[in-house]
Amino acid sequence: MLNIEGIDAGYGATTILNGVSLEVNQSEVVTIVGANGAGKTTTLRTIAGLLKPTTGRILFEGEDITKMSAHDIVELGITLIPEGRQLFPDMTVRENLLMGAYRRGARDHQAETMDHVMELFPRIRERLDQHASSLSGGEQQMVAIARGMMARPKLLMFDEPSLGLAPIIVAQVFEVIGKIVASGATVLIVEQNVFNTLKAADRGYVLENGSIVLSDTAEALLKDDHVRQAYLGI
Amino acid sequence: METFLQVVANGLMLGGLFAIISIGLTLIFGIIKVVNFAHGEFLMAGMFLTYLITTQLGLHPYASVVVVAPALFVLGAVTQKLLIQPLLSARDEHVQIFATVGLSTAMINLALLIFGADIANTPSSGLRSSIQLGPVRILEGQLYILICAALLVVGLEFFLRRTQTGRAIRAVAQNRAAAQLMGINVNWIYVLSFGIGAACVGLASSLVAPLYPTSSTIGTYFVLTAFVVVVLGGLGSIPGAFVGAIIIGLLDSLAGFYIGSDLREAVVFGVFLVILILKPSGLFGTRLKLSHIS
Repeated sequence: MLNIEGIDAGYGATTILNGVSLEVNQSEVVTIVGANGAGKTTTLRTIAGLLKPTTGRILFEGEDITKMSAHDIVELGITLIPEGRQLFPDMTVRENLLMGAYRRGARDHQAETMDHVMELFPRIRERLDQHASSLSGGEQQMVAIARGMMARPKLLMFDEPSLGLAPIIVAQVFEVIGKIVASGATVLIVEQNVFNTLKAADRGYVLENGSIVLSDTAEALLKDDHVRQAYLGI
Repeated sequence: METFLQVVANGLMLGGLFAIISIGLTLIFGIIKVVNFAHGEFLMAGMFLTYLITTQLGLHPYASVVVVAPALFVLGAVTQKLLIQPLLSARDEHVQIFATVGLSTAMINLALLIFGADIANTPSSGLRSSIQLGPVRILEGQLYILICAALLVVGLEFFLRRTQTGRAIRAVAQNRAAAQLMGINVNWIYVLSFGIGAACVGLASSLVAPLYPTSSTIGTYFVLTAFVVVVLGGLGSIPGAFVGAIIIGLLDSLAGFYIGSDLREAVVFGVFLVILILKPSGLFGTRLKLSHIS
């Protein structure tokens, strides 16, 4: 579904990704494991079109999206739930969710998707008319995920969904991600909580200093000595 | 008592005028975060256009709005597309300020070239005649300006809150990167917003032209008040601009009558400074809120 072929990308003169290649297949849950600054967020931002790779290609369902603008990539069905929530602070929760369904492919199904998302996030229902900025961090993260779901994406990308949240909220976030995965969604996830993420994933890539150093099934990565030592602390 | 009511009525009318010329400015700033220093010259261009349409085609000045508002929309959209957009990536954001100041000067001189230094009087079509409204007398044209300003505020708020495109505009204003991730074409929203802001100035032009003589420097006459109104109301807030305009209009009128017309501006700016010291973000400003999401 998604094929990344040897991309270099970075900010200005600073190159962060060096020849990164990876793929995500239909209904697969793939995770990128790596230390802070390894280039995980940069990889997701490049796929989303917020950054343009200097070399290499990105294909989505066979179409070359390397040079496509971020909003056109959303139209194709790739949605990124960004790090740090990035809600619209002075909009109500309902308005935030409606913005999630801005994509043409989602606009006509707004009401239907809203019902589905409300089932997944019953606690958001009570908050619909509140301003997003008045919610707690955990609630904001739930809204950010719900907003991503509103786009009815073919590929859903998570960037650090549990970052900065209390342990009990982290558990809730993983519960929700588990439900999304169980529904057969195609997911690419970057997450500091490597153990839980590998448990939920089918496959994983290990990214170090902007290059993929290891790729295997999630099960195998959980048993891999290097992964255990460097990322699981075992 | 009757004098007081008349002075208040005059203040409200003045407030309506200040509101109609300020709404476009606050809209553009609130969304694009660019201060359009050519705002007054947009008004001047719209007034000259109203003058031309009215005198050449013999139309009622208000009828000219069907041409002036779309023309100003195009002027605004082109300004964003060709002048502001290429500078958005400039390392120093002051470059955009200088660009709009440059546009302002260019437009004033273009107007001098075409119309000379003379004053152009748009036919008033009876709008300068006064009507009795209970205990007070007001100019018919001024009453229409106040009504239009109020309707414009309501209409814009409805558009921004209840329509998909309006919400997309607010989304871009609140979080540009997140808006992109929703599939919103941010550059297009900027062009559209600048166009809408300028079209508001177009509407103002056709309403103001029958009451005020048009000249190449008429923009500078109005623009300072527009900036005061917009800052007082809270940069980017449309209802704020309306309330700010009414306050400034009332102050201007009351101070002019009861304190002395020489001290009018001293009082207006004095109160303006006091309000800003007490509430730096303006009456309806939200930008300085601490509860922002990172």
